[in-house]
Parts: sequence; C-alpha cells; structure tokens
Amino acid sequence: MGSRVVVTGLGVCAPNGVGLKSFYRSMQMGVSGIRHFAELEELNFGCQVAGAPQISQEQLRSHFTSLEQRGLKATGIIYGVMAGLDAWKDAALPLAAEDDPDWHSGIVFGSGTLGVDKFNEAMNLVDEGNVRRLGSTTVIQTMASGVSAYLGGKIGCGNQVTTNSSACTTGTESLLMGFDRIKNGQAERMLVGSCSDSGPYVWGGFDAMRILPRNFNDRPESASRPMSASAQGFVPGSGAGALVLESLDSAKARGANIYAEVLGGNINSGGQRGGGTMTAPNSESVQRCILSALENSKVQASEVDIVNGHLTATSKDALEIENWSRALKRKGGDFPRINSFKGHFGHCLSAAGSIELVACILQLKEQMVFGNLNCEDLHPEIVKIISSDCVPHKSMNTDFQVLAKASFGFGDVNACAIFRTC
Amino acid sequence: MDEHTKYDKLIKIIKTYLPEDVSVNDIELNSHFINDLNINSANLVDIVLDVEDEFDIMLENEDMEKMQTVEDAIQIINTKLA
Repeated sequence: MGSRVVVTGLGVCAPNGVGLKSFYRSMQMGVSGIRHFAELEELNFGCQVAGAPQISQEQLRSHFTSLEQRGLKATGIIYGVMAGLDAWKDAALPLAAEDDPDWHSGIVFGSGTLGVDKFNEAMNLVDEGNVRRLGSTTVIQTMASGVSAYLGGKIGCGNQVTTNSSACTTGTESLLMGFDRIKNGQAERMLVGSCSDSGPYVWGGFDAMRILPRNFNDRPESASRPMSASAQGFVPGSGAGALVLESLDSAKARGANIYAEVLGGNINSGGQRGGGTMTAPNSESVQRCILSALENSKVQASEVDIVNGHLTATSKDALEIENWSRALKRKGGDFPRINSFKGHFGHCLSAAGSIELVACILQLKEQMVFGNLNCEDLHPEIVKIISSDCVPHKSMNTDFQVLAKASFGFGDVNACAIFRTC
Repeated sequence: MDEHTKYDKLIKIIKTYLPEDVSVNDIELNSHFINDLNINSANLVDIVLDVEDEFDIMLENEDMEKMQTVEDAIQIINTKLA
C-alpha cells in the first residue's frame, strides 16, 4: 500500500507569471506569456515568437547571492532555483541548519539541456585556446544536474538529489519519481519539478525542424493554438515549475496546507514501434499509459472530471484526443472537460510538465477549470470525437474531484499522473 | 599605481568571494584565502581571473599555486607590474 502522498507547496517561473500569485492570476484571466523576440528576428528564425519568464533584478537578488549572480548565465538554473525555493517556502518548510542536512527531504528536478548560454561562452573561450579563462562555474552551470545541485545546497537536502531527463515528459516524470520515493517510504518530502533554458540555442533546432508556427510573428498572443483548426505548430517556451510532495503523515503532523493528493500514475514508452517514432507517439502506448495510471490510482475512467492534455498545437492534437477518448472509453458530451495551457505560455519543453502541473494543482485547490486560449475554431477532427462543450474557453468555478494530467515527449515516452482534491 | 590603491583594488575583488560569516574587516595582509577567509577553493580560480582583469596582467600556473595569502597576491601583482 505505502504512504499516501500530497502536494504541500508550489512554485513557478512561467512566461505568463513569475511567482504563484501572478501565475494564478494569468491562468485565471487567460493572460498570454508569448512575445515577439527581436533577437530571433535578427537571427532569421522562421518563428520569432516564444515564451520566457520575465525576471526582475529584485527577484534574482532574493534567490541568489551576489557571488552566485556573477557570471550566472544558465537560465534554466535561474528559473528552477526560483521555482524550487518558492515551492519550499510555500510549503512553510525550513532551510536545513548549517551542520544538519534534512535526511528525509530529497529532490528530483529535471532539465532538458542546461546552461546553453554558459556553454556557448565556454566553447568560444575553448576554441580561442583560452580554457584557463573559463572560471569556476562552467561545470556546475552546464551539468544536467546543475539545477538540482543548486537547490540541494540551498535547502540542505540529505535524501536523494537528482535530475531526470525525458524530453517534454520530464516534469511529469519528476513528479512520479518523487511520488514513488515517498510512497515506498524512502523519503518524507520530495521537491519535484523541472526547468528549461530559454533562447535561440534551445529553440533553434525546433525552428529548423519546421514544427514552429511562422505566420504569427506580428500576433504573438495568437500563435499558440492547441486544438485549433488553424494551429500551425508549437510555440517554444521556457521556465520552471516546482511542487513539494510530502507523505500525508508528515503533512498532517506539521499542519501543512494541503493542495491535493497524488493518487498515482504511470510512465512508459512506445518503443518507437507501432506508429511511434523518435518524434511521434505510439497510440497504443499512450492509451496503456493512461489506463495503468488510472488502475494504480484506483480510479475509474468514469470518475475523471478534468483532463489536462499535452496538446502542443501540432497536427497530433486530434490524435491525442482520440487516445484519451479510447483509453477512458468516453466520447461526445460524456468526455471530461479538457484543457491545454500551452495556449497561455507555449510549449515549455522540459519544463512543460511541471509548469502545467502547478496550474493543474491550482485548478484542484481553487475548484476551477482554466479556459483554453486560441481554440475558438476547434479542429474538425476533434469535434468528431468530443463535444465542443468539453473545451472551456473561459475559466470557471466548478466542483470536481479527479484530474488526469499527461505529458508526452520525443523518444516516444509518456507519463500520466492522477490527482484528487483533499 | 601606489601600494594603497593596489591593496584596495585587491580587497574589493576578494570581498565578493567572502562567505557570509567573514567580514571584509577580517582581511589582513597575512590572511590565508582558504584557511583564514574560508574562501571556497574553486573561487580562488575566479579571484585569479578578476586580478588579471583588474591589473591587466596574466598569471601563470605556478603563480596561482604560490598565491596562498593576500600578501602573496600583492607580491605576484607587483612582480607582474614591474
């Protein structure tokens, strides 16, 4: 059976809101975080719109010492540390004392590529034969686990401190890895989440694949169109989301604020077989992932009230809806309400799952479903499967219990997690 | 550049790397960077780079190894500027 696991803290650094309060307001009001980037235009990008958190100097100063700020170029670490520390603080948990790590608290904080701007600086110096000028932080800013290493030191975690990486599944996977560790009795608290660097070096490869929209450079807020007939590809984003997971016993013992319960989930892969490729999902594996997530959460498909999809605004959105519909055996007006938050802040890549999870947990806590942006023209293939009433365009209060969240990633990997209100 | 200016410039560089529990007033000529000032050994690398930039000099590997105290640093700077 194992320990029950609840969410007791949230932190976020998103393109449409830095800090929980600002992010919640943006999600509730449908505020977009997608902007035009002059830098992308100068560099001849086809898609010149993207999402990146806007961090003030004051916010930076309150999360990093002046020494840490020197030469700090890894945007993923900036976003991840801010979100992670904010989540820890939101959970009202202390930073460990100088000589006493918290042996029962750990971290799984994922990344895709980390510190690319720092890497670029280092590569230029190395190519110039100037390796001696790299300074002391090139390694810690560019190692994949840099973000969990920074967080582990600031908080003083004495349990497992690691970084996972599974493309756009990363954030949801980190949650399930932390969940397993607490459920198995190996930790009392796990800070989970993920981050993604911003900027042309991260987004360029996707632009080259021609999977980003090119016709919205003058209308950034309309560019990201999940489930829309006029969707033309995903808008790249960046940032970080963080959640404090805690055993129900620990949360109760310290009188913590409980946002929601994590019931369970599943992670699998389509093996790049049966229609699955490096970049496309094997539908059977997606359906299996959702089904076993429900099974090990002991939730019936009929109990799912809200689905938060991966739904990136590519041609695969209708296929995802079909996979949900087949897995849940629900269609038309019987399908749960569904939303995608990528209309608000684009596809934040390795940070997508965790930022979206923060929004999902807010929906559960506030008993609200956030409206979808830019899908007034629902894709005809989607309307064939589910009723348009299942796709809210405005945020609204609603009594509900169970939310299912899935993320899918390059490499044909899937993750699905199930939550219940407390 | 007089000795006083040199010293002040060096102290300004070192100050950035002091841990929270060490004050700039604790810095003395014979202070050992790691043992007395508790400076992280990785940050000594950054102090060397900052010294190079500030005084427009270049330190060799053996200079870096010799640079254990504030006084060592002053001496190396003097040699390079000479």
